Parts: sequence; C-alpha cells; structure tokens
Amino acid sequence: MDKNANKSRHDSLETKERLKIKKHEMQCQPPEERRHNFKEVPYGYSPEEAVEEAKRCIQCKRPYCIEGCPVNIDIPAFIKLIEEGDFLGAAKKIKETNSLPAICGRVCPQEDQCEKVCTIGKRKDTPSVAIGNLERFAADYESKYGDIHIETNKGKGKKIAVVGGGPAGLTVAGDLCKMGYSVSIFEALHEIGGVLMYGIPEFRLPKEILLRELKVLEDMGVEIFTNEVIGKTMTIDELLNERGYSAVFIGTGAGTPRFLNIPGEELNGVYSANEFLTRVNLMRAYNKSEYDTPIKCGKTLVVFGAGNTAMDAVRTGLRLGYDDARIFYRRSRKEMTARLEEVHHAEEEGVKFEFLINPIRFIGDENHNVTAVECERMELGEPDESGRRRPIPIKGSEFITPIDAAVIAIGTNVNPIVPTSTPGMNLNKWGYIIADENTGKTTKKGVFAGGDIVTGAATVILAMGAGKKAAVAIDKYLETGIW
Amino acid sequence: MYEIVGKKNLGEGINLYNISAPDVALKAQPGQFIILRVNKNGERVPITIANSDKNDKTVTILVQTLGKTTHLLSELNVGDSLADVVGPLGVPTEIEKFGTVVCVGGGFGIAAIYPIAKALKSAGNNVISIIGARSKELLLMEDEMRSASSEVLVATNDGSYGTKGIVTDVLRELIYDKKIQIDKVIAIGPVIMMKAVSDLTREKSIKTTVSLNPIMIDGTGMCGACRVLVDKKTKFACVDGPDFDGHLVDFDNLMNRLKFYKEEEKASYECHMKQHHKV
Repeated sequence: MDKNANKSRHDSLETKERLKIKKHEMQCQPPEERRHNFKEVPYGYSPEEAVEEAKRCIQCKRPYCIEGCPVNIDIPAFIKLIEEGDFLGAAKKIKETNSLPAICGRVCPQEDQCEKVCTIGKRKDTPSVAIGNLERFAADYESKYGDIHIETNKGKGKKIAVVGGGPAGLTVAGDLCKMGYSVSIFEALHEIGGVLMYGIPEFRLPKEILLRELKVLEDMGVEIFTNEVIGKTMTIDELLNERGYSAVFIGTGAGTPRFLNIPGEELNGVYSANEFLTRVNLMRAYNKSEYDTPIKCGKTLVVFGAGNTAMDAVRTGLRLGYDDARIFYRRSRKEMTARLEEVHHAEEEGVKFEFLINPIRFIGDENHNVTAVECERMELGEPDESGRRRPIPIKGSEFITPIDAAVIAIGTNVNPIVPTSTPGMNLNKWGYIIADENTGKTTKKGVFAGGDIVTGAATVILAMGAGKKAAVAIDKYLETGIW
Repeated sequence: MYEIVGKKNLGEGINLYNISAPDVALKAQPGQFIILRVNKNGERVPITIANSDKNDKTVTILVQTLGKTTHLLSELNVGDSLADVVGPLGVPTEIEKFGTVVCVGGGFGIAAIYPIAKALKSAGNNVISIIGARSKELLLMEDEMRSASSEVLVATNDGSYGTKGIVTDVLRELIYDKKIQIDKVIAIGPVIMMKAVSDLTREKSIKTTVSLNPIMIDGTGMCGACRVLVDKKTKFACVDGPDFDGHLVDFDNLMNRLKFYKEEEKASYECHMKQHHKV
C-alpha cells in the first residue's frame, strides 16, 4: 500500500473531526409493518449515508479489525474507497478475500469480530464503525451497478469435488475455481446454499441475494449437482477413485437437530427449528397459494433457545401469523448467543423474551396436538464448562403455559451420513470429522473438511474462513503431491 | 431432470412409474427410498423403491393417487419429467441368511417388500410371502412376489382370492396352526397392519422388522420431521431407518403424527381440483 497516498487523502479530515461524526444506523422497515411480511428488515445505506459512515474510520496504523475478521478482509482499504465514492472499487477490494460479501454483511456477528476490536469502538463515546453495514452496502451497490466479472486462471487440469453447497463449500469452490481448478459442488437438497437457503429466513437474507452470489459462481464455471447425497448416492471413495476427482472437500454442516428429550416432545406441533425453518425457507410454505408444503399457524408459539436460529424461528412465527411469539431461555439475557441486531429486531417486532425458564414436558390433546408446555424457573449457579453460569431449577416453581406450537432451537448434532460412509477418515468423540485447523486436512488422503461438520454448529463466516484455508491447502497438495 | 420412461395403471388410482435416475438406480438397495418433487413448487415426498434397474438406469415406484402431489404425478406421462429425484435414502434392509423368513406385504406395502423378498431369496432364505388386498383385482405384483418367494399366501378382505380376511390371519395360522418355525418376519404396509403383525409375533418372540414412512422433508437427517419413537427413544426414520424392530416401535405415535397435516392436504387437493378440473 502506498502509505503517503493514504495519508494525503486522509489529511482532508482530521481524526478529531472523524470522531465527532455520529454513527449511521440503517433505515429499517417499521416493526409494525415488517412483523407481517417476509421482506428484508433493513433497507441498507444510501450512498450518502455510506460515505458519512465511512468517514468515521480513522484508518488506524494497526487495523485490529482485519485480525478480527475470520477471512481477513482489508477493512480500512475498502472503507476508504467508500469514503472516496469508489463503491465498485470497494466491492472489488472485499472480493479479493471474501466471495460472499452481500451475505456476510447481513449474517456475520460483527459485534464479536471486526467491530468488537475496532479502535474507535474502544473509546467511551464513539461506537465502532459499522463495518458490516458498509460491507453490505458495497456488495449491494456492485450487484446493482457493477459488472461482476471474476478473473479465473485456466488450466490446472484437475477436478475437485465439494460436498455440500453451504457457506464453507461455496467458499472453497469459488477460491479453487479462481485458481484454475475444475470444481463440482454436490448438494443433497434440490437447491444449493445450505443453511443460507433452508435456515436463514428471507427477511434476514433475501433468497434473491443468495441466488445472485450463486450465479457468480456458476458464471465462473463451478459445476453444481443438486439431489446428490454423498454417502448415499455416491461415496467419497467413489468421487476420488471412480469419478476422477483429485481431492474432496467436505462441508456438509452440522445438521441433525437436537431435541430436549422430555415427555410429549413427539406431539404434533412440536418442531425442531430446522424443520420449522426448512418448511418456510426452502419449501416456501409461507406462500400458500404457490407452494405445496404445508405449515400450521395458531395463537401462541414458544421457541426454546436463544441463538440466531431461535431468533429466526420466533420472528418467522410472527410473520406466519402467530399473535404471541415468545422466546423461553434457560439462562439469562447475558448468556444469549444471538447477534445483537437480531435480538433488537425481534424485540421491536413484539417478540417476548422470558429468561431462566426450562421446559419439563409438553401436554397434548386427544388428537395428539400440543396444547401446553410445563416449565420450571431456574437460577444461575457456578460457571459450567462453557464458562457461563449454570442454570439450576428452583424447586416448586413449575407452571403451565398454553401454546399452539413449540420450536426447539437448542443446537444440532453431527449428521452421520458422510462421516459413517467414509472409511479411513477419523472422527472425534462426538462424531465430527477431525481436520487440521489450518489446512482442513482430514486423516484420509485427498480429503479435506471444514465448517460445522468439523467444529460443530458455528457461524457462516467461520465456515467460510475454514473454506478459504482449505482451498489454499488443496492447491498446495495438488501442486506438490505432498500430503 | 428425471424422465418418466414407463408408466402403468394398476387400478384403483395406483400407478407404476419407471423413472430415469442413473445415480440412484446404480446404488439402490432393498428397503431404501427416494424423495421426489413433481415440480418446482412441489413438496418433497418420500416413496419406497419397488425396483431398480442398473442397466436401464431407472427406478420403479408405485404411487396411489390420494392428494394434490400424487394427483399431479398421475397426470404425467411417459416422456414427462419430475423436478427432483434424490436417493437412495435410508439404511438398506438387513439381508442375510436367516433361515425361514416371512415377508408380509399389505396393499401398497407389497411394492416395498418385493425387492426385499427377492434379495432374501437370493441370500438363500426360505421366503414365505403373505400378501393382502381388499379384493383380487387390487392385489399388486403377485407374479413378481411368486418369483421372489418359495411360497406365496394371499389374503383378501372380501374372500375373492386366497384366505378371506387380512394378512395377520394368515400369519397367525402359519405360527399357531401350521407351527412353522419362523426365524424372521418383515412386514410392510399400513401402520395398523404393521402394528398387528408386531403384536402377533411378539407373543412368540419372532424377530420382526417393519418399514416406517412418516412425514419427511429433507430425508437426510437435517430436519427431524420424521422422528419416530422406538424403545421410547427418538429416532429419525430417514437416517436411522426406515427399518426398525417392530416390537419396539410406538405405532400409535406414528399414526398420530401422520395425521397432522390432513386438513391442509385436503384443502390443497380440493383447491387444486377446483382450479384445474372444474369439479
């Protein structure tokens, strides 16, 4: 980077001046309106707002934000380009390291990553630069006005199979394609995208944006096969030995929903978050007139859990027409794992949060439909292995809440299909694939893995980070032949 | 796209389809199923594979026209294509030399049990099949079942063919009157039939496998819609099954869960018929 040029451009505005600019929040659909529709909540920045927000970045010498980003985007550089009005340049800058910026700008937990370590955010009176909002702005601007063309090298002459079309797989595919490999993605569902397609709702990540990013990959030459359940339709060994792939990347996600294992959980109307969200997102059950997959609606919905998936489920419930949509969480507000913005949006929309509550059993009617849930109140004890204070039941605090549906959003276990059909690939005690943190290498030659299938349920961006590292390692392996 | 290369009406709204699905056909084993979508806005429906042909690269399924999706399917003909076919899903049925195995197929379940009987016979078992239907005309795949079994016994509700009664009556006779030494029973058909068979064999502790077909969406273990109670534990029919020990399955729970969307299914069917068929 030309440091002098950098300095001169920034001389136009003193750091002191920059620190005086107020943080720009994105304009949003009013809560009263949006709780009844599936359209995206924030409208995004206007170009003027983006430039103003970009001016808040002081271009510090040691940009902690880059280290805070799992894929190490050159954040100060793209923000500077936005400030200068070169929005397409900003998007291009981000795309050097992140192939899915429109998605990350929307779903990354920035407050735990880049924005957490932002220098000005550490001061008392100045909130962090809204890096996520700016990333989203640049990506959306490019998709509207830019001519997305990504240069790919040609002629590496080797084929790579990517198993699972979610965030990790899409990243590996994009990066390897750029390097000049022929890449095929094998997706189990009828639409690619993984959790971005079946899990994250339209109002948080419009499908149109996902499809746009997928089209970029296809235009680059990535081959996409849907309806291919690797481990069933064909195995990892067949991909390597019979289908001519030189390496395989496994990014199949965590996938299998956890249940509470309490009486009555088998009643109709008790859903896993994955089922509830898949019906609505992948199968578009909310659009009854055009799509065939059904979903029920009622008066009261309770969602158990306090992560992003729980927020997605409870807000989806409101939009389906539940009058009363609540979160029941066994710990306290402080321990919630959802993005702050999602919690904030949910509260604005009228979701009720009830803390320190643990379900004991579901109660049903003669038709086997759930009608109520019995819970007990909890108090916080000593910290547990996760470092959070362990919730302990309060004796005699049981109470019954009438409900029409319940969604269990307490996490996932490993999906067994790929791990158990791939001999020679070691698994940890929970069944997740053992893979090197820096390369994604598994214990099976030629096979790499990353994302939730290695770490257990985590975030989109961490899966993408694992994908990036694996792409580099796959290239190195195929160039040198050294495992 | 997955082309329909063969279609045959078997009466009572039941159709047999041969569908081109090369990757699925190559891998399909007895007891496995596919998930299909008729069109881009359709639901995902699990259907047991009745046969697969590695040379033609086709899978055979039998489908009874009941609701909107199956109606849309019934309107397709040879040369038309399905939007999606994915599989083969589920754990294949355990095929070993058990000795004498009784394969019980009720109505529609005969299509599902046929490949299993065939494989068991090839594995050297003495396969006795009991197949049932409401009447003689509705009995499916009798010739195929004869070729896959040492002996085929038939039950019809109206007595128009074989024993008058239901398949469980014939099985009871085998166990109690003919006192045949049975090493294993495999039962596939309506839930109520699989429950009755399991109750009957429990008395004599004859190992019994049933194949469950709950509501499913992804079919790969991701959503949990298909969860069933087996030995009071939650299992996913798509990845842990569809075969389970009949003596441990909570059939009442399965029947209740299958009813959950009845109203929506009925409304969707009626709406479809009104729009497209001017009923």
